[in-house]
Amino acid sequence: MTAFLIIIIAALLAISVWQISKIAKIGKAPDPDSDLSEVANDMDNKRNGQGMLLFVIAMYIMMIACFVGYQDFFLPDAASAHGAEYDNLLILTTVVIMIVQFLTQALLHWFSYKYHGKKGQRALFYADNDRLEFIWTAIPVVVLAGLILWGLFSWNEIMDANMDDDPLIIEVYAYQFDWRFRYSGSDNTLGDANVRFIEGANQLGIDPTDVDGMDDAVSNELHLPVNRPVIFKFRSQDVLHSAYMPHFRAQMNVVPGMVTQFKFTPTVTSEDYKSTEFMTQKVRKINEIRRQKSKELLAAGDVGLDPYEFEYYLLCNKICGVNHYNMQAKIVVETEEEFNEWLATQETFDQTLAKAEN
Amino acid sequence: MGQDVAAVHDDHGHDDGHHHHKETFVTKYIFSQDHKMIAKQYLITGLIMGVIGIAMSLLMRMQIANPEEPSVIFEALLGDWAPGGVMDPGIYLALVTIHGTIMVFFVLTAGLSGTFSNFLIPLQIGARDMASGFLNMISYWLFFLSSAIMVGSLFVELGPASAGWTIYPPLSALPEAMPGSALGMTLWLVSMAIFIASSLLGSLNYVVTVINLRTKGMSMTRLPLTIWAFFVTAIIGIVSFPVLFAAALLLIMDRSFGTSFFLSDIYIQGEVLAHQGGSPVLFEHLFWFLGHPEVYIVLLPALGITSEIIATNSRKPIFGYRAMVASILAIAFLSTIVWGHHMFISGMNPFLGSVFTFTTLLIAIPSAVKAFNYITTLWKGNLQMNPAMLFSIGLVSTFITGGLTGIILGDSTLDINVHDTYFVVAHFHLVMGISALYGLFAGVYHWFPKMFNKMMDKNLGYVHFWMTAIGAYGVFFPMHFVGMAGLPRRYYTNTNFPYFDDLADTNSLITYFAIFTAVGQLFFAYNFVKSIFFGKKAPANPWKSNTLEWTTGDKHIHGNWAGAIPHVHRWPYDYSKLNEDDEYVIAGQDYVPQHIPLQDKEEEMNH
Repeated sequence: MTAFLIIIIAALLAISVWQISKIAKIGKAPDPDSDLSEVANDMDNKRNGQGMLLFVIAMYIMMIACFVGYQDFFLPDAASAHGAEYDNLLILTTVVIMIVQFLTQALLHWFSYKYHGKKGQRALFYADNDRLEFIWTAIPVVVLAGLILWGLFSWNEIMDANMDDDPLIIEVYAYQFDWRFRYSGSDNTLGDANVRFIEGANQLGIDPTDVDGMDDAVSNELHLPVNRPVIFKFRSQDVLHSAYMPHFRAQMNVVPGMVTQFKFTPTVTSEDYKSTEFMTQKVRKINEIRRQKSKELLAAGDVGLDPYEFEYYLLCNKICGVNHYNMQAKIVVETEEEFNEWLATQETFDQTLAKAEN
Repeated sequence: MGQDVAAVHDDHGHDDGHHHHKETFVTKYIFSQDHKMIAKQYLITGLIMGVIGIAMSLLMRMQIANPEEPSVIFEALLGDWAPGGVMDPGIYLALVTIHGTIMVFFVLTAGLSGTFSNFLIPLQIGARDMASGFLNMISYWLFFLSSAIMVGSLFVELGPASAGWTIYPPLSALPEAMPGSALGMTLWLVSMAIFIASSLLGSLNYVVTVINLRTKGMSMTRLPLTIWAFFVTAIIGIVSFPVLFAAALLLIMDRSFGTSFFLSDIYIQGEVLAHQGGSPVLFEHLFWFLGHPEVYIVLLPALGITSEIIATNSRKPIFGYRAMVASILAIAFLSTIVWGHHMFISGMNPFLGSVFTFTTLLIAIPSAVKAFNYITTLWKGNLQMNPAMLFSIGLVSTFITGGLTGIILGDSTLDINVHDTYFVVAHFHLVMGISALYGLFAGVYHWFPKMFNKMMDKNLGYVHFWMTAIGAYGVFFPMHFVGMAGLPRRYYTNTNFPYFDDLADTNSLITYFAIFTAVGQLFFAYNFVKSIFFGKKAPANPWKSNTLEWTTGDKHIHGNWAGAIPHVHRWPYDYSKLNEDDEYVIAGQDYVPQHIPLQDKEEEMNH
């Protein structure tokens, strides 16, 4: 609220400065060339030229401040095998574009300042230069070719959902406004499914006549064994959703009427990820914010906020209805043994069916 | 001014009848067929829609800064959609949707391209009016009708369309999926269908006019870059808008007639729907086949306007005229084959993703050429810092900043993790939203004297520019970092993810900058209205510009030139051109308008 007031005050100040400048004008004799009084004169050119110079300096300060101040906004190191490659490409691209940004903005605003109009100054009639044009066509071509090639190789690798390395197959099932996860069981094959089979306890529409589906297990948490490739098969029951797992650099839309897929290998367990230096600091900072907020809430007679502990999450990232903003699920990455132990406690589909019959 | 209109025999004499017929109030101001009046109608309608669109963005930003907290503003403006002053999540999505729709189509397509194509094409090519004044009038009134329906949809009981401006089915197709997909969505589709008809009528008119009605001597290579931009924009519109029409039509059928173009295997509200065999991905392809060229439909006119203004105010020819034209053509061509970069993770074949990455990054090349050419045009100029010039320089700045992040988003690999985050929001607002708005403002400041015969107040213009420039970067630069944290767009509140708690301060900061920027626009609104009525009378050619529109004199007549249409003898960028003896071509004047014949001792150049 205080900042809002500050803005209003600044705006009012600006208005008053302008009004005062108008009053100052009234005292002067009318400009003989009154026709051109609303066209920029030398003073305007100079002031606005200087403004451009100040602006670019302020912009540089802002850019640097953002990169420094918002360091911990960047996602921590990826927790998936392909994520490291992703991060490298992102860093390289960011460095390239920031270099271009610094140079071009400098030239643009410096020229705006340096060549601001003065009476009697002559502009240079300079209409063409094939060599210059060639240079600045060629440089982007070369730089972009490099980025494109690297990007395409990574893309092909990431999108190649082959079965060679014995991946675990998990179905991610989306509906307004939650997620379910279907494990394919000991045969590592998902049973057929269609919304037309949805009935009673069979909430995911698993085909009750398909033997492959009998050992499938449905959960509302996503558990993954560390260092084993996983192929996710995405299915939606109603509208488009998007399964976004930012810490794994993974995202795929979930489309009703078709099955989409994404494959990655989680490489860091939840426990290890929580205890990284980055994450402990980030969580400490967040909890400090929450403590402050809780104090205010309690003072107002509300319920305070719970302290936060980091868990990997999956969220919906494609507008899907009024509760789109809270469609999330917890992801747990654990050791192979822990994972198997957990999976054994999950109810299989034939057990679900049997229960429903009783 | 020392410029003499070439006294050549008027071979357009048969057109003279145009301005003799009597005009009533209705034919002059309402159902006018004069392109200048239609342009002003487009501009004013567009600006009013802009006020609505920007107000909506403020409501959204206020919600994000203070999520789920009551506000008297919400209570006053949203009524039942803000029970107790707390914004309803459904209406947040409605604001997201209508803000996007209004800004993209109604402000930046119709308000920008509609205004300046209509205003400048006949004036700058030397024509008395558009090829068909009648169709032009129909085009505006269809636009008005679609605006009225879109605004009207805000008042239906279940709310306006809320599925995002991209209206992806099934969300937009099923009233069961969200309240906004009931009557609100129907009205959205009807409004857009009419809008497309309006846009096509306009575009066909622009193309025919540019091809057929150029004055004698106005070859294609002597066209001002504004006209090139409008011409190519119109062609992109003709190619791509019908595809959106098809998509809208099929969606209407899915919604109302039980077809299954985009729907399959859906279980919603406890029932299986009969739809079978359709694909939402098909809709995405159809939508983005327009949706991406649309970005350039918005941007190219702004770039054209900027080219003209930067050259005029630098008192220099635009650098690399032919390269600029080639870039416009290359951007136009590439823009129609890059739509898939919105769909890298839509479930389409990953191989297509590779192809679209390739074409998308190719489009960076002509864009880079344009940016470099603008910068070189400033070099060693004699820059006249009029408000229009400031906005043009601002456009180049935001075009670069926003364009560069496109290299991240256009790369299918990198897109995986920033797709649909605030990084995207920051990117496209800078590169097409802010840039195109700067183009619109630049155009208004530059051609206001021609439109209304009055000058706008330059000091108010300066305040407007600097507040907007500071505010726009203040809003959208930090927003990239919020996106890098993985914060999804279109979230009503982020409080359900404690991981995002440390972004809250930055989100508030962005909101303050947004309010600051919006306050800056009030200076423009005031200046615009005040200057129409009380502005100082404009000189005939206030910016000492070369193009033909400044030769008409100050009488606004239907037919543009009271006498003969001037003929053209040179390209429009002979600024500061020198003779062999190192003097300006016309002594004491650093510009040579297009209708001035080649002078003695002047070297003819083929640009």
